[in-house]
Amino acid sequence: MSENNGAVMTATHIRKSFGNVHALKDASLTMLPGEVTALIGDNGAGKSTLVRCVCGIHPPDAGQVVLKGSDVRFTNPEQAREAGIETVHQNLALVEDLTVWQNLFLTREQTRGFGPVQFMNRRSMAKRATEMVSTLAINVPSVKSRVRRLSGGQRQAVAIARAAGWGSSIVIMDEPTAALGVQETARVEELIHDLKANGISILLISHNFDQVLRLSDAVTVMRSGRTVATRRVSATHGDELVGLVTGAVPADPEFQ
Amino acid sequence: MTTASPVLPEVEEQTSLRARLASAPWPELAAPIGLVVLVIVFGVLDSTFVSGGNIEAMLQASAILVVLAVGQTFVVATAGIDLSMASTMTLGAIVLGLTYRSTDSIWLAMLAGVLAAGAVGVLSGTIIAKGGVTDFIVTLGALSAASGLALILSDGKPIPVLNRFMLKLASGGIGPFSWSVIVAAIVAVLAHIALFNSRFGLHVLATGGSVESARAVGVRTARVKIAVYTLSGLLAGIAAILLVARVGAAEPASNTSFLLNSVAAVVLGGVSLFGGRATIIGPVMGALLLTALVNGLTLLGLSQFYQPLAVGIVVVLAALLTRFQK
Repeated sequence: MSENNGAVMTATHIRKSFGNVHALKDASLTMLPGEVTALIGDNGAGKSTLVRCVCGIHPPDAGQVVLKGSDVRFTNPEQAREAGIETVHQNLALVEDLTVWQNLFLTREQTRGFGPVQFMNRRSMAKRATEMVSTLAINVPSVKSRVRRLSGGQRQAVAIARAAGWGSSIVIMDEPTAALGVQETARVEELIHDLKANGISILLISHNFDQVLRLSDAVTVMRSGRTVATRRVSATHGDELVGLVTGAVPADPEFQ
Repeated sequence: MTTASPVLPEVEEQTSLRARLASAPWPELAAPIGLVVLVIVFGVLDSTFVSGGNIEAMLQASAILVVLAVGQTFVVATAGIDLSMASTMTLGAIVLGLTYRSTDSIWLAMLAGVLAAGAVGVLSGTIIAKGGVTDFIVTLGALSAASGLALILSDGKPIPVLNRFMLKLASGGIGPFSWSVIVAAIVAVLAHIALFNSRFGLHVLATGGSVESARAVGVRTARVKIAVYTLSGLLAGIAAILLVARVGAAEPASNTSFLLNSVAAVVLGGVSLFGGRATIIGPVMGALLLTALVNGLTLLGLSQFYQPLAVGIVVVLAALLTRFQK
């Protein structure tokens, strides 16, 4: 297939079952470098399962994931992270009792010392954390404040900064604005634009068709565990996407 | 406010005194304030309370509790609880005594005692982290099992440990500080560094704050859990050394007051029982406060039967203060 050429990541014919539940029957996904790819579908269509297969939480039962030209099979999230795939989960995976910098550096702590005696380099981590959040469209208070004190948008910004801040090439976002108000949603969308401008490829799961059309370059539609269509955003419109999600518009021939 | 400035200003500095009072970490201040109040009240009622000799005695009496409270703090910081600490200490003391009796080497005996107590921690931690059994039940079982083992091994009889080193540990020292006080202080300082300046400490707080988030980011939460119970076991072993030094014998008696007091010191120290927030200085202050309370009541000539009552009331009040802040 010509569209696979130059893809930063492709997942093809992914299958995944949990006991008798066939969550993914035949799911495929292609992401082009530096683009925002949207993944849409009804509840239970398998979007989150596909994401979990790609980012190492649930290794797929069958199918192939190709990252930058080479076959990969992640069995845990750390492997995916090392390969440059970061995920911003819906619950954000922030520890509210810890400060912003502690959350940004958790499991990536900078230490200094000799041999097994290692002390955290708090000052350098706080400084770097300040740099990481200072460029964001959302103003985060001091990096020394606890996450508990931040607003929903600020938390989202911290989670996104963490995902984008470690040389990752792909950032997966699961419903990044689902819990946010109008203004904060606009700010988070600005963040997504910034990431894209920095050359990061983004996989965006969203229920909001307007947002998908606003932010993304390509759309992949899923229905009951299968990929049914892919569209360039420039060549589609909201009604068609709704039809593909509900089944009113039949699946593309290549996916039948 | 400009977003371009690289260092974001601290907002707190401009807030008023009233706002600062409202946002003060009252649970964390409870122990130091309570300690000051106790010292003033008891000092006024009986001036011997603040005499050099009595302060020395109080510090000496608090050393064991400080070591236990530090171990308990790490467990509570991960949202767990170790009910077995006092029994583990008893078991450690008995193993120490038995090893000393058969080898005559106090170093070997101390090592054996600490390792035995540490083993209890490893076992509890592994069952909690890998077996998925509630910490409360596992450590309650360990409480019973460890004290039972201590009784079996010792045949219910105290084992005298008469040794020059142990005598020195309890009575010698630098200036007003006995060696046990110095040992407790070193434990507290090392624990503070471990909690706030090491990756381990950050992972402990992350695990306690939110297991799911910590795991999602790659913190090995099961290992952290095993590590904190192991640490509390090892510290119970160090406490056992101080206990044997103080008593001059290893006694199989269950030290139930140490169990309550170790948890009480942690609560008084403002450590959240839900995990995620902890200090070392707080529980150390809590341990000093509890010791001062008992000492003061004794000085005033109150029957020692009142001591558990007073400790219980103080602890529940401190816990209420924590709730109040939420």
